[in-house]
Amino acid sequence: MSDASLIDELPGELLMWVLIISELLVFGAGLAAFMGVRLTDPAGFAEAQSHLHRTGAAFNTAVLVTSGYLAAQALRWRQVARRVPARIALISAALLGVVFLIIKGTEYADKAAQGINYETHPFFLFYYLLTGFHAAHVLAGVGILLLVSWRDDARNIEVGAQFWHMVDLVWIMLFPVIYLLG
Amino acid sequence: MKYESQKIAYAYFAVAMALFVIQVLGGLLAGLIYVSPNFLSELLPFNIVRMLHTNALIVWLILGFFGAAYFLIPEEAEREIHSPKLAYLQLIILVVGTLGVVLTYTFNLFEGNWLLGKEGREFLEQPKWVKAGIVVAALIFLYNVSMTVLKGKKTAISNILLLGLWGLALLFLFAFYNPGNLALDKQYWWYVVHLWVEGVWELIMASILAYLMLKLTGVDREIVEKWLYVIVAAALFSGILGTGHHYYWIGTPAYWQWIGSIFSSLEVIPFFAMMAFAFVMVWKGRRDHPNKAALLWSLGCATLAFFGAGVWGFLHTLHGVNYYTHGTQITAAHGHLAFYGAYVCLNLAIFSYAMPILKNRDPYNQVLNMGSFWLMTSGMVFMTFVLTFGGTVQTHMQRVIGDYFMDVQDQIAIFYWMRFGSGVVVVLGALLFVYSIWVPRKEVIEPGAAETPAE
Repeated sequence: MSDASLIDELPGELLMWVLIISELLVFGAGLAAFMGVRLTDPAGFAEAQSHLHRTGAAFNTAVLVTSGYLAAQALRWRQVARRVPARIALISAALLGVVFLIIKGTEYADKAAQGINYETHPFFLFYYLLTGFHAAHVLAGVGILLLVSWRDDARNIEVGAQFWHMVDLVWIMLFPVIYLLG
Repeated sequence: MKYESQKIAYAYFAVAMALFVIQVLGGLLAGLIYVSPNFLSELLPFNIVRMLHTNALIVWLILGFFGAAYFLIPEEAEREIHSPKLAYLQLIILVVGTLGVVLTYTFNLFEGNWLLGKEGREFLEQPKWVKAGIVVAALIFLYNVSMTVLKGKKTAISNILLLGLWGLALLFLFAFYNPGNLALDKQYWWYVVHLWVEGVWELIMASILAYLMLKLTGVDREIVEKWLYVIVAAALFSGILGTGHHYYWIGTPAYWQWIGSIFSSLEVIPFFAMMAFAFVMVWKGRRDHPNKAALLWSLGCATLAFFGAGVWGFLHTLHGVNYYTHGTQITAAHGHLAFYGAYVCLNLAIFSYAMPILKNRDPYNQVLNMGSFWLMTSGMVFMTFVLTFGGTVQTHMQRVIGDYFMDVQDQIAIFYWMRFGSGVVVVLGALLFVYSIWVPRKEVIEPGAAETPAE
């Protein structure tokens, strides 16, 4: 059973890997479609992009990466049976997820106040689809982190951190392409 | 047969096979009307024939699933079905309902009656009393199999089968909502049909295939279960939001074009995984099971589902492509091979496995059955190619050049004739299958005899 042993060597949960690969395919395809449509109207995309909050998004990147670090640290602590620091790290990671959502929420509110929605320009259709799906995953991730801080088995924490790093990684792909690419 | 109550499946399979024959005959008639449009136009208009062809398909497939559940759940749960009486009552309700639908439509009985008449919808069209009957039957079924599993051994196969069947029944409830707005009607229609065939039915398919692989190849249950979980996760991940590929042009917001395109493209993955699963299990399997026909249908199911549902589905799922191909014969090509590969072959696989056991003739007369596989499959694959080529020409003439619909139909008549011919082959294959299951009492060719001349 050569393939079975290869799968057994994967850290964490097999089904979580299936989910992670599926998510990366979806966001990857979304970004590829975004880049493709952008080719048809570079000027319109650049104009639309100028309405985004780059500073807030850059700050949010730092927030998510720090949060990811805390989730990874929590697993290390739990593995050496330091349950309290592990729990604090997980809850802090979840709180940083909430900070991310608040900053993202103010950006959405500002867009709404300017009368921008998904029909304004194809750029914003992709902006809302990609960052909206991502924000939904952040929300789910906050729930998962809190869940594994309660049921703090090392295996559970590993699966939760797996998911949270995926959310991290997706944002690191979204941020430069949507916010920065000139 | 280890458990007496597995016998329930026999009645379900018998009714399913009878409806299967009616379904393919209806298809043949519809194919004839395509090339000879006035045939029976007063007695049985095309819309009624088409409705019988598609609805009979759905009903017999579901009856097959119910039968499969009654057959395999006792073995998985290691106990008898909770109540065989309820199982037969459920079948009677479904048969009466089906007859009620057929008679109501064919003769347009009780026109305008809220409870007894037609609802005037293109799809999900049953009189209200039949819809209620379906729900009652589904509740009886869910109660019966869930009680059996709850009291017995719980396995991944029976859990996933139950999840699929619960989903099937609950999603049907959307059929009761009949909004006046046609766009909304279609939106909810896909909650039923898409989330069935590209959602919960895939769970049923994966679990029945897993059961067959377990029995036919003798691979460890642990390995089968790992594959099963991965397939189910991939199916639900892609299939649920994949519903968006039906929302491109019905008045729903534009973001569905991207959600539908991206998620439905990933629907290829679970079908590919099921094909890989079936072949890897056969290669790894140590058991040389004598029921070669069931194995042939299982491998055929996984392969043709990948091509029919996966490849032919992907062919026109991107909204940029679908803008041109929507509702052309490309759709018909995909629909035929997808339903045949995924769900017809699956049912015929479990019939081929279970019927000899249910009739205590294990295993017998595999040769005619395997012949019917090749006959039906070659007919269906040829039909798919013909409709794909016809649909390509139609797409170009009608959607790119902008010719009139009926002028284009005249131009592609040759494809409709070839489709009718391939339909004849499929019907012959279906009749041969039914004959091979019910009539012969001994092997046509003794096992091993086929290999001798080649040596």
